[in-house]
Amino acid sequence: MSKNLKRVMVIGGGIAGIQASLDLAERGIKVELIEKNACIGGRMAQLDKTFPTNDCSICILAPKLAECSRHPNITLHTLSEVKNLSGQPRNFNVKIFKKARYVKEDECINCGLCIEKCPMRVDDEFDMKLRKRRAIYIDYVQGVPSIMRIDRKNCLLFTKDACRICEKVCEREAIDFDQKDEELELNVGSIIVATGYDIFDPKTLGSLGYGRYPNVVTALEFERLICASGPLDGHLKRPSDKNDPKKLAFINCVGSRDIKNNPYCSSCCCMYTTKEAMIAYEHDNEIDTSIFYIDLRAAGKGFREYIQRGCDDYAIKYIKGKVAKILEDDQKNPLIVYEDITTSQVKQLKFDLVILATSMIPKKDAGNLAKILGIKINDFNFFKANSYQPQISSKEGIFLCGACREPMDIPSSVVDASGAAAKAAEIVMRG
Amino acid sequence: MSDEAIRIGVFICHCGTNIGGVLDIPELTEYTKTLPNVVYSAANLYTCSEVGLSEIRENIKEHNLNRVIVASCSPRTHEPLFRSTCQEAGLNPYLFEMVNIRDQDSWVHMKEPEKGTEKAKDLIRMGVYKAALLESLEKMQVSVIPSAIVIGGGIAGMNAALNLANQNFKVSLIEKDSELGGLLRYLNKVYPTNEDASNLLETRNLVENHKKIDVYKSAVIEKIEGYVGNFKVIILQNKKIIEIEAGAIIVATGAKALSPEGYYNYNGKNIISQLELEGLLKENSINTNNITMIQCVGCRNEERKYCSNICCMTALKNAILLKEQNPDANVTIIFRDLQTQGVAYEEYYRRAREMGILFINYLPEKPPIIKKDHIEVYNEFMNQGIGVPYDLLVLSMPLIANEDSEQLAKMLKVPLEENNFFLEAHVKLRPVDFATDGIFVCGSAHWPADISESISQSNAAASRASTIISKEMLEVEGSTAEINTDLCVGCEACIKICPYSAISRDEETDTVVVNKVVCKGCGVCGASCPQNAITIHHFTSDQITAEIVTYGGG
Repeated sequence: MSKNLKRVMVIGGGIAGIQASLDLAERGIKVELIEKNACIGGRMAQLDKTFPTNDCSICILAPKLAECSRHPNITLHTLSEVKNLSGQPRNFNVKIFKKARYVKEDECINCGLCIEKCPMRVDDEFDMKLRKRRAIYIDYVQGVPSIMRIDRKNCLLFTKDACRICEKVCEREAIDFDQKDEELELNVGSIIVATGYDIFDPKTLGSLGYGRYPNVVTALEFERLICASGPLDGHLKRPSDKNDPKKLAFINCVGSRDIKNNPYCSSCCCMYTTKEAMIAYEHDNEIDTSIFYIDLRAAGKGFREYIQRGCDDYAIKYIKGKVAKILEDDQKNPLIVYEDITTSQVKQLKFDLVILATSMIPKKDAGNLAKILGIKINDFNFFKANSYQPQISSKEGIFLCGACREPMDIPSSVVDASGAAAKAAEIVMRG
Repeated sequence: MSDEAIRIGVFICHCGTNIGGVLDIPELTEYTKTLPNVVYSAANLYTCSEVGLSEIRENIKEHNLNRVIVASCSPRTHEPLFRSTCQEAGLNPYLFEMVNIRDQDSWVHMKEPEKGTEKAKDLIRMGVYKAALLESLEKMQVSVIPSAIVIGGGIAGMNAALNLANQNFKVSLIEKDSELGGLLRYLNKVYPTNEDASNLLETRNLVENHKKIDVYKSAVIEKIEGYVGNFKVIILQNKKIIEIEAGAIIVATGAKALSPEGYYNYNGKNIISQLELEGLLKENSINTNNITMIQCVGCRNEERKYCSNICCMTALKNAILLKEQNPDANVTIIFRDLQTQGVAYEEYYRRAREMGILFINYLPEKPPIIKKDHIEVYNEFMNQGIGVPYDLLVLSMPLIANEDSEQLAKMLKVPLEENNFFLEAHVKLRPVDFATDGIFVCGSAHWPADISESISQSNAAASRASTIISKEMLEVEGSTAEINTDLCVGCEACIKICPYSAISRDEETDTVVVNKVVCKGCGVCGASCPQNAITIHHFTSDQITAEIVTYGGG
């Protein structure tokens, strides 16, 4: 008779993984939450606001982060990745690789003294490399667990055998350069995969000038640029000259619905470009926005009305048509070249700042994780889900939720996550 | 109230540089010591760290503190932590008060630190005056009936019932119709696999044969009573009244298709609805060559502003089936925006285009015009009208809310949105919860949903319900409203305004009463009572007035 472990592993600590963990924990099932980064929160923590309520993203996420770290039924494993899986449903054995943090989790109180003194300046990944962080840092201010980590690749002690300043200034003696990477084994009855998505790199689309023209940015960069806790403290400036942009253009389906790149639709972009345009307008009522689109996809609850509000109250112009290319004038203003479908003429419009709604793509290492877990991926490298029970993967006892199986927005991810929790509970609580 | 002297301890948080980098913390600490009843005041680098928390615990004991204030960030994120810390040190958690000097002070006054410090003094002083008046409150414990009621036996309701039953909970499934299956019964095939809808209908057997599920068919709900953990639903079945008890309720009542009568010369013969086409396809009785479909009929207009979510995929599915049946047929879809989000659906759309199905975009201000044997539609791309011949015209009608939704919503005391779909607690983070605890929603009762979405949501609703019915006891908020019946004139303003439906008139005593289990202490009733007859514990008039007066009001 095989064991039935009333314990579930959740892989990925974004909003989907968090929701699945909280549901299971509240259901009385123990959760092992595995997060690759140093903090949980995922993409949602990077967003400024969320549609269609325009709630501040981190403000509605933070209580869930706190709940996750405090819940007696949830064990949080950060800087951790799954390396191996054996066993069967109700009794899986999972090997976890946990990277050294070089900071004692029980001692660090996130006072920030070490950050102040660290001499290194490296690109801040959380802020889309739009500002610098130190080699000892926390992913973001509200990050959970709220403790530091040292980035081995950039820390002077590891690269040049020098410095140790953080160790000297830490009053709690929390720095521990002797920490080693660890391997641990966990036994669980079921597994939920919630590893989220990556962002398509628009550099590969040379015609849009991203990477060459400073005033062409991605939507996630824009979220950080306009966010009060972002690199510009929420005062939107365009990258080339730090002037206030007045004419914005959003381009939807960048890399999506495109057979040369990602043939699928990324599901959220029509809505979030509208949201970003609204927020920009709220920052500065002189901002004039155009959104270039193929189909306006707004089928969710209240979404169509949201688009209408965008037109009526925020003066957003929706232009149907696919943008051919972006040029740049000598003032570094992006020039959008597109076909006006009503006149069939090729037109050119000048903007101050152009924002690209880039595709949501599978995680780089999705294929690798699929191999480890023994689950299938689809043609595009998303984890393959059952058509009518979408939380079910190709393997019994392993469930999927959120954008790791298909691009989706936050409410869908939350629904998916609770659904996956129910399916996992079905496995481990079956009589 | 006890006569014990008030002894307040104040912990001021640097929050690293978040507060400490702006406000003058040593000055605040010294200032706080001068305030009445304050016997201890200290600063912490991070009050919420384990070090900070143990300082709170130690000082409660050492200084015999009977009130604790933390001046730091937002109670939304940290109040539960500090309250439980107080409790661990033997102090009633409601004798804790939080003052927000970060989000509402240091963060907004970064460029004027002196003024920020003065504001923090005001905020802390107000907190101290309020804390002196705080009362101990007890959280109530409620027992929970470990079973669920699912209302609606369509695919969403059946699947929710099945999931909970498989988790070993007892489930009662209530269906008004004489058989289970809902709208799925009328479908021919399902997208995106194009398999027979009857495959999915087999869920019916699993549900009807599950020993943990009681199915009540042809059942009408007469009355719903109770609250989270303890609901009672009274149904009428075969002229018999049956009482069913459960700890949680899932609403899965679905939706119905808008009638095509009166749209685009609908005649039920060669101009039919998409749902009628499903029936014809099931019977395999279509042998026409020119089939045209019009999308967004009766929706995305002034009367019904919303997009019904499922019609584009349904049209694509039937167009593909027609084209497969007869590759020479001309199948045209006249549409506005094609809603095929995601991976599989967009692929399905591409397949339809590759099969030669014709797509013509129309503008709402220039809708298609139906002539005897063709349709005239203006096309923006060509900047001219196009004539599309048809033998069969199919109208894609939206899903609309059931007529009895309103009545059910009233019985459940949960809200509907403007289109009469059920309104969830929070669009973003609580998509299947109601604001009222213990009641959940899934499927097209919430918003037009296809089968995959309905099943996904029904699993989610089952999960949310399981978080309630898996507990033996529930602990509910201690800071609730209380009505002084001597002052109450029975105007019922509070009953109407309460967002949690926690207030009602007690028929027996003819007084207005608050159900403390349901009340969240939000205070809306207190603010709206013309008689000042309502006390909101933990936010009493005395406490708030004390804050205002010491700030400089009064």
